[in-house]
Order: sequence, then structure tokens, then C-alpha cells
Amino acid sequence: MLEPGRAVPQPAASKKVRRRGALVPASLLSSAVWVRREAVVGWLFVLPALLMYAIFVLQPLGLTIQYSLYRWDGVGLAKWVGLSNYVTVLTVPDLLETIFNAFRLAAFFSVVPVTLGLVVASVIHRVATGALGTVSRTVLFLPQVIPLVAAGIIWGWLLALPGLVNEILGVVGLRGLTRAWLGDFDTALPAVGMIGIWVLLGFCTLLLFTGMNKIDPALYESARIDGAGWFTELRAITIPSLRYEIAVCLTVTVIAALAAFDIVYISTGGGPGHATAVPGIQIYILAFVERQIGLASALAVLLMVVVLAVVLPLQWLSRETER
Amino acid sequence: MRLSRAEVYAGRTLLVVLMAITIVPFISIFTTALHPSGTVPSGLAWPADPQWRNFVEAFNVANMSVLLASSTFIVLAVVPVSVAIATMAGFAIGLLRIPGARVLFLLFVFGLTLPFEGIVIPLYFLEQQMGILNTRFAIVLPLIGLYMPFAVFWMRAHFINMPPEISDAARADGATTWDLFWRIHVPLARPSIASLGILMSVWTWNQFLLSLVLVEDPLQRTMAGALGAFQGHYATDIPLLCAGTILILLPTLVVFIVFQRQVIAALLQGAVRG
Repeated sequence: MLEPGRAVPQPAASKKVRRRGALVPASLLSSAVWVRREAVVGWLFVLPALLMYAIFVLQPLGLTIQYSLYRWDGVGLAKWVGLSNYVTVLTVPDLLETIFNAFRLAAFFSVVPVTLGLVVASVIHRVATGALGTVSRTVLFLPQVIPLVAAGIIWGWLLALPGLVNEILGVVGLRGLTRAWLGDFDTALPAVGMIGIWVLLGFCTLLLFTGMNKIDPALYESARIDGAGWFTELRAITIPSLRYEIAVCLTVTVIAALAAFDIVYISTGGGPGHATAVPGIQIYILAFVERQIGLASALAVLLMVVVLAVVLPLQWLSRETER
Repeated sequence: MRLSRAEVYAGRTLLVVLMAITIVPFISIFTTALHPSGTVPSGLAWPADPQWRNFVEAFNVANMSVLLASSTFIVLAVVPVSVAIATMAGFAIGLLRIPGARVLFLLFVFGLTLPFEGIVIPLYFLEQQMGILNTRFAIVLPLIGLYMPFAVFWMRAHFINMPPEISDAARADGATTWDLFWRIHVPLARPSIASLGILMSVWTWNQFLLSLVLVEDPLQRTMAGALGAFQGHYATDIPLLCAGTILILLPTLVVFIVFQRQVIAALLQGAVRG
């Protein structure tokens, strides 16, 4: 039987009238054979995508879980160890710390671009018109289209001892603050966070900015008449109207932070010490440098669980606010 | 809406400052790239004697022509196939509503937030068995699979919003399912397909982790993967590193500036739909 078209809530579809279940006029549906034939044809359409997904994503996903239960060097015989790899990850400080580092990074990658993006978008969304608007969109989007590797290299140089950041600090009389930002135990993680902010701020600003253009200007007009200032407008009109866009920004940036690899690998490699070691880096080192496949897989499984645990509530929040 | 002069002024200033923060890093690596190879210049100084030859040297040592060909091959192998099979799947799930469509959809959605780190270890061993490790297909095949959750999600979102009357009318005229797909719905889906193609091209070109792990030879990698290797070799020669980075960025920048409207729209929509 054809499944009746139960519409899954969807931004654009939510207002639609429920569709008819059958796709074909009833006269053509005379025989059950025909329906079954159609179902087979339909499945053939899905098959290639499903196969690629199953072979190259679902299969390895299952294998990661399987590997995580063994001790294996990738060559010899694997030894069943049960959950002991997970115990190791959760008890060895250097490994557990990578997950905490991921959350610290998220504070930079996610909180700063979203709050700053909100402020910036609300300030500029009525002045970024015409040529300035077009140019600013292009410029602010640049960091989003270049490879993260390139962002890592560029900032690796800017934050180096002779780099631009220290030069500017020197010019404004803060020579005492200059240092190798990515090589210092105290500043390496915030410095990597800075790179993430640079990459993600423009994206968040533009996404929120696009959302703001959909808000009815009459709301602001009446707020003005009531004597509301810029901040009141932001709090009372803009943020509530943009809950969906804010949830999207948070989702994208949190995943970027928790699953960070490229920027960290290029700019610090996880160092100094373990100061910027995030799960992505640690998985790579464990699996492909130290050949501890089981342990690396356990960390990978935990990373996926953490990502889901953070993202699902955000998704739920954004779905709730759509209606 | 009337804005006070102060508001306009503050807004413009903030916008310009933000643009400057975005642009200055690019200018800094550009001026650095023009300094004599092997020196350690300061941040934004224009060199007394600009070394334009650094770009030539970087082009040669980075084997740029081979890299461009390699990256282009990977994009051309990944994107058309991904778009085609995702469109077909999106059509079957969103429009034909085949039995089990809902389960299939949830199965694909499940992969939406999957970090690549989660599957890269078994991919290495699987590809070793398949004998494709260290070839470009080591990057191409898993990328197609990894794009399926988003791509199917994206195309389904398009097809589920198509009014059923279109399909009904075509069916009444005796169209087969394939006719319905190829002659009616694919042409209508062209804007969604184009955005999806742009998104996946950018992601493929910039893919790093799979390149790093699955292909040892930088010349068989994507641009981003090659750039990572280039940094490994020339980390100490800052001007040359900067020149190489600029060269590797150049194709992306040119494509972005030419197609900026489409790229920005696609990336923003991509986030909102995903």
C-alpha cells in the first residue's frame, strides 16, 4: 500500500493543506499489482543513494563501535576487551580533557559568533543596503568559503611572535602582552577559538541578518513610537522572532567546535602539551600515529554521542519554534 | 523607517570595522608573500623589493597544475553522482512516498550530524581491503556516501513541497515514473539541484580529514589536503608558505566572487534546511 502522506513538520510545508495520499488517479489504481510495481520502481530510485550511504557511512559506523570493544594495533590479532577502552577514555585525564577542551572551544566558536552576530546584524541590518550591502555580504562570507586549513595557516602566521597581532599590540603600547599566542599554554585554546570566531562570525551575522529582513517593519515602527531604544528592540522583537535562526547558528557552530579538526591540526596540532587537544585530533593521533585502534574508536563513539546529546535538544528547540 | 543620523553612522562604522577584520588577514599574508623567501618579515609591511617570483616558485614547488587537476577530478567525480542519486532518492521519498519512506528518511537524517572523525578509522581499513587506499577514489567514494544525509534531506525538502496536481496530470497523460522524474520534476528542481551542487563542490574542494588519512600522496588529494602537506614542508619559510596559500586559495576566491550570490544563498539555505 502507498503510505498516506503524513507531512513531517517542515518550514515551508507547515501551512500546506494535507496532501492526498495517492499520487495517481483512482482509476489507475485498479490492481494491487500495479501498486506493488510502483513501490518496486520507487525503491529502485532510492537504492543507489542508500547503497552508498550504507557502504561508506553505516558500515564504518558499526565497525567503529565494534573496534571500540577490542584492543587492536591495526595489523595483528584483535583482542576482545569489552568496555575497558571506554573506561580508559573516561579515566585517563589527557583523554577526558579532550572532551572538555571541545566544550571550551564551543564557548568561542558558538557563543561569541552568535551573540556578537546578533548585535552586529541588528545594528547593520538597516544600513547595509545598496553597494555597501552587496560588498559587505561578499566580504563577510569569505572566511566561510575558504578551506579551514587556509584559515589555520593564515592565523598561524598572524598569531606568531613576529605576526600582525603582536605588531598591532606593540603599536598601541601593549608590548607587554605580546607572545606566541598559539604556543603559550594559557593562550593557545583562546587563540584557536579566535580563529573559529573569525571563520564563523560572518556566517552567523548573515544568517541572522537574512532572518531579520523577514520581520515585519511595522513591529519596529510601533516600538519606536513607544519609545523603545535599540536594545529593547533587540530583546523584545528581534531575538524572539529569530529563535529558529539562532538555533540553526548554534547547531552549526557547536558541531564545528565539538568535531573541530582542520583548524586545530594546522595551527597547533593539539599542543602545546595537550592544551588544545580536541577529540578529533586525539582520535587521529591514537589511530594513525600510536596505532591504538580500539581506544581511538571508543573516543570516536563518545564524540558522536556528545555531538548528538548537544545537537538534538537544539534541533528540538528549533522545530518547536517553527510552528 | 526613519533612522537617526547617529544610528546610521554607528551601523556603517561597525560594518566597516567588521569587514576590515575579515580582510586584513588576507592582506597580511599577501604582503608577507612578497618578502624574500626565507626571511621573517613583520605583519603588514610592504617589502622594499616585492618578490613576485615567490608565486612562481610556490606554483612549482607545490605542483599547482597537478593539484588543480587532482582537485577538479575529485569534485567532478563526487558532485554529479551525488546530485543525481540524491535527487532520485529525494524524489522517491518526498514525492512518490514509497512504502517505508518515513523510515528511510529518518535513516538518512540520522547521519546529518555525524562527525567525519566517527567513521574515518574503519574507512581506512575498509579501503585497504578494497585496494583503493591512496587513490583518489579513497576520497571520492566515502564523500558521496557522507553527503547523502544532507543531499537527500535537501532534495526531499524540495520534492515534498511540489503540488501533487503536477504529478497527477502527468500520470493521467500516461507518463511512467521515469518520465515523471526526468521530464517533469528534474527540470522543475533545477534551482535546488544547482544550490546543492555548489554546496557540495565547496565542501569537496575544502575537504581535509579524509585527504589526510586516506591518501598519502598530496598530489592525489583535494586542494585543502595538499595545502596541509605544503604547510608541513614549508612551515619555516613563511613568505613561500604565504605565497603557496594564496595560490591554493585563488581558485576558490575566483569562483566565489563570480558566483557569490548563488554561493551565499546556497550556504545560508543549506544551514537553515539542515
